[in-house]
Amino acid sequence: MSAVTQTAVIARRNLLHVRSDPQQLVGMTIQPLMFLLLFVYVFGGAIAGSSRVYIQYVLPGLVVQGVTFWAMQTAIGLNTDFQHGLVDRFRSLPIARSSVVAGRIAADVLRTGWGAVISVAAGMAFGFRLHTSVAGVVGALGLILAWGFALSWLMAFLGVSLRSAETVQTAGFLLVMPLGFASSVFARASTMPGWLQAFVKVNPVTVVADAARGLMIGGPVAAPLLKSAAWLTAITAVSWALTVHRYRARA
Amino acid sequence: MDQPAIDVAGLTKSFGRTRVLDGIGFTAAEGTVLGLLGPNGAGKTTAVRILCTLLRPDSGRAAILGHDVVREPQRVRSLIGLTGQYAAVDDMLSAQENLYMIGRLLGLRRRAARRRAGELLAEFGLSADAGRTVRTYSGGMRRRLDLAASLVGEPRVLFLDEPTTGLDVASRGQLWDLISGLAAGGVTVLLTTQYLEEADRLAGRVVVIDHGQVIAEGSPAELKERSGGQVIEVRPARAEDLPAVTRLLTTITGTPATADRDTVAVPATDPGQLGAAVGLLGREHIPVSQIGLRLPSLDEAFLRITGERAR
Repeated sequence: MSAVTQTAVIARRNLLHVRSDPQQLVGMTIQPLMFLLLFVYVFGGAIAGSSRVYIQYVLPGLVVQGVTFWAMQTAIGLNTDFQHGLVDRFRSLPIARSSVVAGRIAADVLRTGWGAVISVAAGMAFGFRLHTSVAGVVGALGLILAWGFALSWLMAFLGVSLRSAETVQTAGFLLVMPLGFASSVFARASTMPGWLQAFVKVNPVTVVADAARGLMIGGPVAAPLLKSAAWLTAITAVSWALTVHRYRARA
Repeated sequence: MDQPAIDVAGLTKSFGRTRVLDGIGFTAAEGTVLGLLGPNGAGKTTAVRILCTLLRPDSGRAAILGHDVVREPQRVRSLIGLTGQYAAVDDMLSAQENLYMIGRLLGLRRRAARRRAGELLAEFGLSADAGRTVRTYSGGMRRRLDLAASLVGEPRVLFLDEPTTGLDVASRGQLWDLISGLAAGGVTVLLTTQYLEEADRLAGRVVVIDHGQVIAEGSPAELKERSGGQVIEVRPARAEDLPAVTRLLTTITGTPATADRDTVAVPATDPGQLGAAVGLLGREHIPVSQIGLRLPSLDEAFLRITGERAR
């Protein structure tokens, strides 16, 4: 029995949870709509002169931001599993050490995919227009999910390292807030003060959002895509190693 | 000679400055039930977690059927089943889905996993509720499911960490029957418990640990004997005679007698003291509904053993 099958079994288990807790998906459906309405219609006019212009700029980034926030579920879910003793059962089985975390992440990325598709569909309904090909949109969604995957590994590390669910929630929030907001998601870096620009320009959310924007409405793609790839690889590799180490060592 | 199913020697484990296990050692022959008895914080759970490869010992040796828990953890995991203090089942899945999942993780094909889940659900009386979310289960049902989950892989050594803590009497009895059945089927069981009645009922041998050390071991009968002779027990016919009977037994044996709701008990230092008690009660015209000698309960033995150590 391979680690891949074990991962799939765990992923299935996590997806089945949606059935007894459908709020998970309801939240992922409503939240993108609310963010869209808020940013496009409340702030859009002030930021870009008109909400119709602003939605073109903000939608790709909003999807990236949503995925960034949803990644916290990985941390909270794993932490809960630990507290309920379920992980003890998994760890006492002769299965691959990484499959419990990998299965959770696979399920979370799939759920995130649902939220991302809903976000784009809602954006189109509110007037967002694609300026590139279908391949561009598919590529953008793929990149955004890859970002969710990488960030989920980082969140998994928090989930298995920290003791209480409250601490996990706080730490996750402290990580996700600056990443999501101090980025190019809502406004171009060039409009911000220099000290902030320094952070915004290296922020992985910025490079992923820039690449997604390029892929969906046109503009530079190669450079942000390359930077994204570097970030995602680095975050995944480091977090994976740390998480598996912590998972093994946790008492 | 057959190798023991569980073989532990000189095991130590500290958390920070607290020494939880201080060189404990014991063995269990294959097919036997070993009770690990001790007060809260004695190190029972830590010992079980080390044996189940969830925790690494600081020093010492622990092996399951000859396989070292530190050097060959995956081999050990394929031989054991664990039922911990908290039912380690997925609340959001049904019982069937829980067992099916474990079967699939253990490498069973879909159909085999489904069949094994069905067998266990039937055996544990959960077939009728198999499709319900575990969240809606009673405490007793969850524990039964938890035990079933630890049996999916047909383990040869089963660890039960306080399997009946918090259960009502009926559920406890049900679980005891299931555990006895498993032991009869040849599974080696290590059972930790605070309930002496449980150890008495299930375990062929008992190891008493306190402060991370083994302080006594033997069969339940041996432990009762070792903790000092027999007990005179008197149940007066009228509750108002309890104080008089307590005084009388204390005078006869020279040891303070203890009274509970309707019975007075005192350790007998000499079997002749029973006759003396009968005579004296008759002379004082105290009617009794029951009088006799009995072995101390495992509770009394346990308190005496741990109490001696504390002094």
